[in-house]
Amino acid sequence: MEVTVKSEEGITVIEAAGNIDSKTAPEFQNSAVSAAEGKDKIIIDLTKVEFLSSAGLRVLLMIYRQIKANNGQVVLVGTSEDIQDVMANTGFLNFFILAENLEEGIQAFKEV
Amino acid sequence: MADIRIDYYPTHEEQGIKFRRGHALPFGATMVPNGVNFSIYSSAATSCSLVLFERGEPEPFAEITFPDEFRIGNVYCMIVFDLDFERLEYGYRMDGPFNPEQGHRFDKSIILSDPYGKAIGGRDTWLAKPNWDNIYPYRSRLAFEDFDWEDDRPLELPIEDLVVYEMHVRGFTMHPSSEVRNPGTFSAIRSKIPYLKELGINCIELMPIYEYDEWENSRENPVTGELLINFWGYSTVNFFSPKAGYAATGKFGMQVDELKTLIKELHQNGIEVWLDVVFNHTAEGDHRGHTISFRGIDNKTYYMLTPEGYYFNFSGTGNTLNCNHPVVRNMVLDCLRYWAADYHIDGFRFDLAAILGRAQDGRPLSNPPLLESLAHDPILAKCKLIAEAWDAGGLYQVGSFPAYGRWAEWNGKYRDNLRKYLKGDEGQVGDMAQRILGSPDLYYQRGPTASINFICCHDGFTLYDMFAYNTKHNEANGENNNDGANDNHSWNCGWEGETDDPAINHLRHKLIKNAFAILMVSQGVPMVLMGDEMGRTQKGNNNTYCHDSELNWLNWSLMEENSDLYSFARHTIRFRQAHPVLRNSKHFQHRDYVGSGLPDVSLHGVSAWFPDWSESSRAFAVMFCGDHAKQGSSKDDVIYVAMNMYWEGLAFELPHLPNEKKWYLSVNTDLPHPADSFEIGAEPLLDQQNTVWVGSRSVVILVGR
Repeated sequence: MEVTVKSEEGITVIEAAGNIDSKTAPEFQNSAVSAAEGKDKIIIDLTKVEFLSSAGLRVLLMIYRQIKANNGQVVLVGTSEDIQDVMANTGFLNFFILAENLEEGIQAFKEV
Repeated sequence: MADIRIDYYPTHEEQGIKFRRGHALPFGATMVPNGVNFSIYSSAATSCSLVLFERGEPEPFAEITFPDEFRIGNVYCMIVFDLDFERLEYGYRMDGPFNPEQGHRFDKSIILSDPYGKAIGGRDTWLAKPNWDNIYPYRSRLAFEDFDWEDDRPLELPIEDLVVYEMHVRGFTMHPSSEVRNPGTFSAIRSKIPYLKELGINCIELMPIYEYDEWENSRENPVTGELLINFWGYSTVNFFSPKAGYAATGKFGMQVDELKTLIKELHQNGIEVWLDVVFNHTAEGDHRGHTISFRGIDNKTYYMLTPEGYYFNFSGTGNTLNCNHPVVRNMVLDCLRYWAADYHIDGFRFDLAAILGRAQDGRPLSNPPLLESLAHDPILAKCKLIAEAWDAGGLYQVGSFPAYGRWAEWNGKYRDNLRKYLKGDEGQVGDMAQRILGSPDLYYQRGPTASINFICCHDGFTLYDMFAYNTKHNEANGENNNDGANDNHSWNCGWEGETDDPAINHLRHKLIKNAFAILMVSQGVPMVLMGDEMGRTQKGNNNTYCHDSELNWLNWSLMEENSDLYSFARHTIRFRQAHPVLRNSKHFQHRDYVGSGLPDVSLHGVSAWFPDWSESSRAFAVMFCGDHAKQGSSKDDVIYVAMNMYWEGLAFELPHLPNEKKWYLSVNTDLPHPADSFEIGAEPLLDQQNTVWVGSRSVVILVGR
């Protein structure tokens, strides 16, 4: 599990790689929460994430709440179909904007 | 504040596990900072240990015996640190006497589920083959309780405004024709919310969704070789856990979130959620059954036992939960509070609820403490409580169930009277008048809202089969057609089963429409069985508990095949929702107390104002005065319903309407679709304002405005 944080056109992009489960979620949470601090536009790139457990989904929701407190939005990029399905079934999907790739993710913010 | 408690540090360590004395309350396993608080009670165990597994592993990674000083009274409690909330499975091992005459059946070789566990592992995917050698098959798990409900809460709709739809989670969307992404799941019900709204219902009653084992008593049909299982689920393994196999995400352990998401979205669409709850027995069976939890933890407390230590069987399934024991009563209360507060459940229908009014020795109580506690509980204060007011031990309490001003009942007499009347039995009209007025003979004090009106439910024939079969055809259940009820009050209309005869099929459809029409104009709370609105058949099987097949799966193509039934059912539901005079919370007074010129309700026959109550009469009419709607607080049309179950048509003389109002035709079940019903507000004026012809075995509904 690796987390990298970068900035694209003024938007903070948190890129995760590997599985996010109860073992790795705390690490993901630490990096993501500090990267999102004070921000109102966040892209989380999940292209390299194959599995998100319940604990992982809860970290996403935590970031959503953090950003929402600043009246911002979170865009998820590259979310696999399986993960989207789980997120749809459990209601987590309702909180996020989805985009195919980083470019579209940045575009999504311009349209908002 | 919990984070800074100075006592959340380990005091003990064993097998690499750090732990300390826990909190006695709440019972169950609760997440606390850096750990989990475990608490469980047993009145007779001599020792208890906590058994910890990594998810799915065959052997536990640790087993910690509760040190003596961790027991307070009969409660064992301990906090264990550094556990993985998501991967943990836990259970208990209890030592104690095996002495059935004294009521004790301890067996320390068995690992036991936590009665208060919030999720169960082991049956994560529906019908996935279990490992029968698993040393711990139904594993307690933790559940995240941080679901984001936003501004949702139970809807608290007035019960008299509800139209209830009884459904089976899997049966509703499992058929390929349902065309949903995750068939047979909570999630798939969400995809069908637009359908439920179009139909017009505003409450779903889910057949049991507490964790049960679909493999229980599984067997092959000796004739067909078909696998027979427990499909209905009236056999609870754990009262606090939703059935994982009903969740598309059950294999990821996310059934709690999936179910809550469904409930939240139903609420957003104005639909209440009721649960069919089975507190009368558990899945452990009698003395020959498997020990899963209760028997091994505190047999004498949880079950009603005979003086010899065997199980009383008022449920017909082997054992009876000892629900008026103070400790069990509290468990039931804790459970319902949990579902109301944490899942936002709007109502509970109690299976074989008469058992909940029995004492520990089985005697019926006049003032049962459990029922009283539920009726007065602050958290359940706005929940609907509905009793199936009978049990398998012969206690029949329809009309006399201890209600404490709160409880409603499945009105079994409504079902029986309607069925007999609809098939044309004589001597029914007197009782029918009571049923259509909300059964004041049964619920004089309690009002019509005590009556859940239904003609069909999961137990018995579907509405279509009611008019296609004279007798049950349960051969597919593999019990030589000996199971299931024999008093169906059904009529096949001249041919047993499917037929091409257009006259028979026309009659069947007409009788189904009659049933919907009468159900939707009756005072009380109507309940519809899933699929009856489109003529679902179970091929004459009246006890389909064991089939995971088309016998139980709703075939959505029937909606088109029987489009006349579907659009008629939809019309009658909308008609009810449009007319408050059909949805009163108090009984009629049979007088004009608002000065409208008509009494609030009146009964008629072929002669206006003169109903014929004689034995051979099969026809009568009822007129509801709209100015008396909702006890006079709401304005509505006058509604006149003429019912003729005689085999020939009859002319009904119409009562004269005051204030130059006219009669308009809403429903005539004698006419072929689409002339059988007219859109609300677009009803045609009756040519003849003083009589209406009601065809043989037909219902006519008029509105006066």
